[in-house]
Amino acid sequence: MTAADAMFLALAATAVIGAAGVAFSRHILYSALSLMVALFGVAGLFVTLSADFVAGVQVLIYVGGVLVITLFAVMLTQGIQNVEVSNRAVGSVAAGLLTAGLFVVLLRAMSSAQWVKPPADVPTQTSTYGIGNALLGQYVLPFEVASLVLLAVLVGAVVLTRKETAE
Amino acid sequence: MRAYLDAVAAGYPSTSPALVYLLGMLAFGALVVFVFILPVAGITSWVERRVWARIQSRIGPNRVGPGGFLQWLADGLKNLLKEDVIPAAVDVPMFRLAPYVVVAGFCAAFVALPFAGSLIIADLNIGILYISAITSLVVIGILMAGWSSNNKWSMLGGIRSATQIICYEIPVGLSIFPAVLLSGTLSMQGIVAAQGWAPTSWHMFHSPFAFVAFVMFFVGALAEGNRTPFDLPEADSELVAGFATEYSGMRSLLFFLAEWGNLYVIGVLVSTLFMGGWQVPHFTDNAVVLTVAQFATMFLKAYFWVFVAMWVRATLPRVRVDQFMTLCWKYMVPIGLVNVIGAATVMVLLPDGSIVLRLIMVTVAVAILVQFARRVLFHLHRADYGRLGRIGEGAA
Repeated sequence: MTAADAMFLALAATAVIGAAGVAFSRHILYSALSLMVALFGVAGLFVTLSADFVAGVQVLIYVGGVLVITLFAVMLTQGIQNVEVSNRAVGSVAAGLLTAGLFVVLLRAMSSAQWVKPPADVPTQTSTYGIGNALLGQYVLPFEVASLVLLAVLVGAVVLTRKETAE
Repeated sequence: MRAYLDAVAAGYPSTSPALVYLLGMLAFGALVVFVFILPVAGITSWVERRVWARIQSRIGPNRVGPGGFLQWLADGLKNLLKEDVIPAAVDVPMFRLAPYVVVAGFCAAFVALPFAGSLIIADLNIGILYISAITSLVVIGILMAGWSSNNKWSMLGGIRSATQIICYEIPVGLSIFPAVLLSGTLSMQGIVAAQGWAPTSWHMFHSPFAFVAFVMFFVGALAEGNRTPFDLPEADSELVAGFATEYSGMRSLLFFLAEWGNLYVIGVLVSTLFMGGWQVPHFTDNAVVLTVAQFATMFLKAYFWVFVAMWVRATLPRVRVDQFMTLCWKYMVPIGLVNVIGAATVMVLLPDGSIVLRLIMVTVAVAILVQFARRVLFHLHRADYGRLGRIGEGAA
């Protein structure tokens, strides 16, 4: 086993253990913190794929933003004592079928995919430049459309929270 | 550091290079933590108490060692020997883990901080992005501490801290953009290399927009570091001690260690992004002397901003929560957005920058500093500084 394999296994184990923690924790805050572990594992996997920019953004947006907002919402929820049960076992048959179907699809995708093995000792290079050029060059239209979605979300948030003042 | 490890790995062909890198990186990490971070954070605590004392016409800690210099060691030792009280109603695993998460998040930032031209643990390609990202561990730790303490003051402190950090991440991010645009790289060493030793080549004097970005970055960084006037999470007059209320002994000290150490991180970031970092004139060909000079330059620049943060903390009152949010969302975010576009426009119009513009900006900045210093001296004179100063020295 080479060092790269060992590193991959450690990072993958981190991600999987974190994900298991999200699913099996009895407590919603422990679920949220396991999500952090899983996200760090995935960020590490991105780094081993020389996608350092994606890894940085993953941690910045998901750990620094989304996870904090989630924790924030949980803590502001009324009756903090009643959030102990984060995953109730309801609809286990439907969930089992759905999971089995998803598993089959993923397995098929994995077995039919063309795996490219990069030549050994590829020098890692920064991906920031390429991503920036792609986003503002070839993919500028999808990029702008995505920003329109964000604008709609912002307007929606303002409409939902704004109190109409009586004239 | 990478070059050095390559040499070490070549010296031991029988062992796997990956093992050498792993052990080497761990050794460097431990070295930086024990030889640099801990003393700097500790000494900062002593400096901060002495500076406040002088500003508030008190004496401050002056008993342990010359001028009280060893106070930080005494405090650390005392806290290590204190009982670590864990209240019965807390969520024990989370309560015990929280201070370590905070310290881990803050120490991880040092991985990409440049100390000198060749002194950096790892010059990551995404340096500044990595630092912004990894410090979000601190807010997670603070939220864990606030929630697991099972105390409403701690909880409020944790929630305030979370709000504060996620709000101010936006203006701070926007004010990093001009520096990154000017350097064309996210790497910390790359950003330093894009500037020179003279103030005229610093990013902060590139255009008025860059200067505004610099001011916004410092204010936003103070807010993200939970420093007065933005220390709402631990507002002692409202929340006992905020998220740290239930902590005692070393665990409590770890939060403060991270806060004091974080001051130095803020100083390094401001100096690196806007003030030329470790750049010195190339006055000698001796690499060791040059590295020492670069290290000293970086340290002095960073410590200047640490001092300004102490000064601000000793003089300004704490802002209210609503004022705090108004400042962020109604002033800093719009100014930041305009600023990014402005800085980019200047770069398009003047691709090589304008030395005239830079000189004008440096002159204006020097004029403002001189006038400020004159006012300070005037007030010191009025307050009869000499008499008070002698009383302080006499007691020591």
